[in-house]
Amino acid sequence: MEKDIRQGRIWVLLDKDGKIIEDIDTDQIYHNAHLHITDIAEMGQFALGNLEGWTDFPKKCQGGNIIIAGRNFGAGSSRQQAVDCFIALKVNALLAPSFSAIYFRNAVNSGLPVLGVRDLESLIAGKKFVTGDVIRFDVKTGQAENLSRGIPLKLEPMSSVQYEIFKAGDLFKYGKTLT
Amino acid sequence: MGQTIIEKIIQLHSKDEAVSGRIVWMDLDIRSARDFGGPNVVKHYEREYGDSPLADKSKTFFTFDLCAPASSLKYADNQQACRDFARRHGIEVFDVDRGIGSHVLIEEGLARPGSTIVGTDSHMNVLGAVGCFGQGMGDVDIAFAFKTGTTWFEVPESVKVVLKGKPSAVTDAKDLTLFLGKELGTKKIALRSAEFYGETVKDLGLAGRITLCSMITEMAGIIGFIPEYGAELAGEIKRFSGQAFSPASADKDALYADSLKLDVTGLPPQVAVPPSPNSVKSLAEVRGTRIDSGFIGSCTNGRTEDFARAAEILRIRKVKKSVMLKVVPATRRVYEELLKRGILKTLFESGAIVVNPGCGGCAEGHVGLTGKGETQISTGNRNFPGKQGKGRTYLASPAVVAASCVAGEIAGPEDL
Repeated sequence: MEKDIRQGRIWVLLDKDGKIIEDIDTDQIYHNAHLHITDIAEMGQFALGNLEGWTDFPKKCQGGNIIIAGRNFGAGSSRQQAVDCFIALKVNALLAPSFSAIYFRNAVNSGLPVLGVRDLESLIAGKKFVTGDVIRFDVKTGQAENLSRGIPLKLEPMSSVQYEIFKAGDLFKYGKTLT
Repeated sequence: MGQTIIEKIIQLHSKDEAVSGRIVWMDLDIRSARDFGGPNVVKHYEREYGDSPLADKSKTFFTFDLCAPASSLKYADNQQACRDFARRHGIEVFDVDRGIGSHVLIEEGLARPGSTIVGTDSHMNVLGAVGCFGQGMGDVDIAFAFKTGTTWFEVPESVKVVLKGKPSAVTDAKDLTLFLGKELGTKKIALRSAEFYGETVKDLGLAGRITLCSMITEMAGIIGFIPEYGAELAGEIKRFSGQAFSPASADKDALYADSLKLDVTGLPPQVAVPPSPNSVKSLAEVRGTRIDSGFIGSCTNGRTEDFARAAEILRIRKVKKSVMLKVVPATRRVYEELLKRGILKTLFESGAIVVNPGCGGCAEGHVGLTGKGETQISTGNRNFPGKQGKGRTYLASPAVVAASCVAGEIAGPEDL
C-alpha cells in the first residue's frame, strides 16, 4: 500500500562533537514558554527551539523531512505540542533507538510515524545515515533504503495498533472505526 | 503464570489478557486534564465529538495547577475555556486554588489502590505511591479518554528492584530517589514498571513514596510501586480514601524482565547536577558551590513533611541575604497544615518567599525560574537545560535546599 511508504531527506541530530544526542527532552523539543498555544500551525516555529545547535531547525526543515535522534527521544513532559510542532513543519517521520513512552504514544495517536532503529551509532559511524541523505522505508515491514547511497537498511516495523491508527489517520479516526 | 502488580491492575480493567508486551484496551477510572494540555483537549473534543456527552462526567476532572492563578492573559483564556467546557458538561474542576492535580486526586480519595488514572501530567505516576496506576498522556489521548473512558496500552514488563541496607541518618526519600536515578539512569527501567522492595522503602510514608514514584518519569519508567508497607502508611491513605488500604501485590511466580539489587548502606545525601536529573553526585562532591536561589515544592517534594524538614533547619536560622528561597506547597490542604502547625510562620520568618499552592518550578510563568548566570538548588524533579530558564539547577532534598539557602552555597544541615 502506497501510504505505507515514506521517503524524505534526513536530519541526524548530532551535537557539536558529532555525537548523536540522546535523552532529548520535551523542553528542548518545544519549550514550556510556548505551551499556551493551541493552534498547531503556530507550533512549528518553536520546534527544537531549545536544543543546542538546532535552534534554527524550523528555518532549515523542509516538508517531508525525516528526523533521526538518539535514544529516549521525547523524555519529560506529556505535551502533545512536542509532536505537533513537527507535524506543523510537515516532518514525515521520526526515527530513534527508543522514545519516551508518552512521547511515543502522542506521535502514534497523531498519526506521525515513529519507528525504532537499532544500532544507530554504528549506522552513523558507518556513514549509513548522513544529514541530507534521502531514505525510503515501509512503515509496516520496516524495510528501508538509503537512496542516496544505495544501502539497504532495516527499521523496527510498527506494532499492530500503531499501524491501525496510522492507517486511519489518527486516534480519533481510528476510534470511530471501532464503534 | 503469576502476575506482576501492573499486570494485575491492568487485568482488572481489561477484557484482553494483560500480559507484558501485549497491547490491550483498558478502562480508566479517572481521566483528567489541567491547564497545560486542557485547552487542547477541549479543542480536540469539540472538533471530533461536538457537544455530545462524555463517557462519564463523574469520572472526568480538570485540575489547574501549573499557572495558578493564571500568570498571563493567554493562560487566563485557556483556563476559562476549560471551565466553560466543564460547566457545559457538568465536570468538576479542581481550580487554581487547589494545587497539584495528582496530589489533589490522592487527598480527595479519588486515586485508590488498584485504580487506573490518566491526565495531561507526565508525573501522574506519582499515584504509584498509593498503588494506583497513574499515567501521563498527551491531549489527543485525554480527549479520546474523555469521550470513551478507555485507552490502548502496551502492558509493560516489570523490573524488581531490591534495596539492601540502611542509608545514613541524614538522608531522606529524595536522596534515595536521586541515588536510584543515578543507578538506573534512563535505561534500566525504561518503558517498564518498577517494583521496589526492601526495609528502606517499606518504611517510607506517603510523602516519601510520592517523592520516589514521581521521579520514575525521569528514569524513563512507566510507573513505580512500593508493595510493602507499614500500618502508619495504611492509616495515612485510609484517611483520604475512607477505605481500608489494600494495594495489589505481585504473585510469587510473577515474571520479571529484570531483577536488580542495590546496596544503600550508609548512603550520604545526594545532589543532581545540571544538565540531567540522573547526573547525581554525593553532597560532598558539590559542597561549597555558590547558589543564588532555592526552591522547595513540586509534585516531588511538596508535602507537609518536606516543609517540616526545611523548617527544622530554618527555625533558628535565616536565609542568607543574597539568596532567594521560594516555597510552594503542593496543595491547599498542605498549605493549611503548614499554617496550623506554624511551619509557614517559621519559613516566613527565615526570609523565605511563600506562595499559594501549585506546581511551581516547571514552566515559564511559575515561581522558580532562573536568569542567565543564576544557580538554583531545588527539590523539583527536572533540571534539563533551559527548562527553568538560562540558569543552572541542582536537585536535592528539602533539608539540603534549606541548609544551602542559609549557607549561600550547597551544604547539608550538618555543615551549619
